[in-house]
Amino acid sequence: MTNSELPSYLDQSPEVKDRFDRLKQRPVTMEVKGLNKQFGDVTALKDINLKIHKREFVCVIGPSGCGKSTLIRILAGLEQASSGQVLLNGEEVTQPGPERGMVFQGYTLFPWLTVKKNIMFGLLESGYDKGTAESEAREWINLIGLTKFENSYPHQLSGGMKQRVAIARALANRPKVLLMDEPFGALDAQTRAKMQAYLLEIWKNIDVTVFFITHDLDEAVYLADRILVLKANPGEVQEIVEVPVPQPRSPDQFMDPEFLATKQHIEELIHPPAEQEEDDDHLNLVRMVHVNDDVGSVF
Amino acid sequence: MQLIAVNRKLDQGPRRAVTLASFALPILLWALISYVPFLWHPQVEITQPGSVSYFSEGLLVDREIFEREYAKASDNETALPEGKPANPVYLPAPHEVAVAFVTAFTTEPQRRSEMWLHESLWSSIQVIFWGFVLSSIIGIPLGILAGTYDFFSRLFEPFIEFFRYLPAPAFGALAVAVLGIYQAPKIAIIFIGTFFQQVLVVANTTRKLDPSLLEAAQTLGAKNRSMLFRVVVPGILPDLYRDVRILLGWAWTYLIVAELIGTSSGITWFITQQARYKNFDNVFAAIIMIGILGLTIDLLLAWLGRRLFPWQKESK
Repeated sequence: MTNSELPSYLDQSPEVKDRFDRLKQRPVTMEVKGLNKQFGDVTALKDINLKIHKREFVCVIGPSGCGKSTLIRILAGLEQASSGQVLLNGEEVTQPGPERGMVFQGYTLFPWLTVKKNIMFGLLESGYDKGTAESEAREWINLIGLTKFENSYPHQLSGGMKQRVAIARALANRPKVLLMDEPFGALDAQTRAKMQAYLLEIWKNIDVTVFFITHDLDEAVYLADRILVLKANPGEVQEIVEVPVPQPRSPDQFMDPEFLATKQHIEELIHPPAEQEEDDDHLNLVRMVHVNDDVGSVF
Repeated sequence: MQLIAVNRKLDQGPRRAVTLASFALPILLWALISYVPFLWHPQVEITQPGSVSYFSEGLLVDREIFEREYAKASDNETALPEGKPANPVYLPAPHEVAVAFVTAFTTEPQRRSEMWLHESLWSSIQVIFWGFVLSSIIGIPLGILAGTYDFFSRLFEPFIEFFRYLPAPAFGALAVAVLGIYQAPKIAIIFIGTFFQQVLVVANTTRKLDPSLLEAAQTLGAKNRSMLFRVVVPGILPDLYRDVRILLGWAWTYLIVAELIGTSSGITWFITQQARYKNFDNVFAAIIMIGILGLTIDLLLAWLGRRLFPWQKESK
């Protein structure tokens, strides 16, 4: 499909424009102001500005080395910005805290705790008594459909199950923002699709703002209200894309014109067309076909 | 089936057989050297002195000496000496050691001040136990602190790095001067030998804990104290347990030095003493006893480890 067949990304229909106007009128949950991050001489992030609104789903996408992981780690308070501010409901973030739950790509469940006790961890830290924490944890376990596994240890679970526990563990603290750093990056395609649907389902039912890092374009367009597109060297905001695909989302929308147009637009932002011509993948492919032919003729 | 293959575990059957062979092969080699007369046997045990004045029955002489005397006697046409090939006294045959294994326990000490073998063994176990327990009680917490907090790492580790190069035996005389001549200085030597390594090893193990677990705990609201007790300690426990097992092995190596200071005692003193009397069968029996004791304790600890940490994918 070429550009001309798709509606231009910039022509927002009145309904879409209206939707984003309403979104931007919601209170700002998290604000990033003039954020810079230096690692020695290297500028990892340069002048990042962003407002994330209540119950918004923001995805971050960009080439590797664009500093997207650094950005989420600064939002979590795991790293300090060189300059600039991160505000949560107007208060400056300086260190990690339970009001910003985080889900990592590597699951990071505590291997010595059962599913139930992993979920209870944060609750006990915030001073719940054991009984309350346990019944809360049980509810979460039911919600994520792992009732049979409440006393299993993480190594007995599949990747998708582990990530569900990690999400429940972060959400059990009732965070204002859920920070997700390529959470489904290690999962196979099928499990990933299930987890995406599942995350949207949770997000629909729980009052939480999601900040989600990914390198998967489909995933970003499928999940996000808005997509922050970063470029590398230095990591700068290239564009904040408003996804026109109607909410609530479903997998049927993958072939919608808006979906494809948004994808193509971002694709061009990340990989400008000129760059693709230099690619010599085709050459390698031709060579491989020849080799296969030779092998074929022997038998 | 291929027995020697990269990255593949042996099946149950061959695995047992190979484990058995690991002990059977050295014993077989030992038996061959002991019982096959033309293998090694560099000496001759005299059975009939003949005309050689300094030979007597049961004497062990080098083969060349025997051959020279034999040639001399046959030249002079005097009575010929007789003998059979023998190994040196320091290599007793397996059956002699097996017998010694029993008799070592039933033989009365040669002098009244000396101990029975079982008393020696018990005394050694006590020295190791107390030395190691004292070291662990102080060393493990210090190691965990140093591994968790940079502050304590800077505070403890430079001095300990320096101190661990000082050989524990060098403190023998000092230990006796301070702690008297009985068990206390021996325990102190085991302590010094173990403690400094222990702090460094435990600190390193602590540092190796997956940092993303600490970050996850932070984002869940864990603060300093609960980070230490609810994340660091349970997180390193299986590795810590393995460290302790390895360090316990090291503690045994300091035993021989420890038991030579003050009033000599214990299993290694028994070995030294028996070697002096040339009872090498007893020496071997005692060495094997230490080995069996060490291996048994280690196997017990390994078995216990699997019970203690059910959440580990593989515990060795």
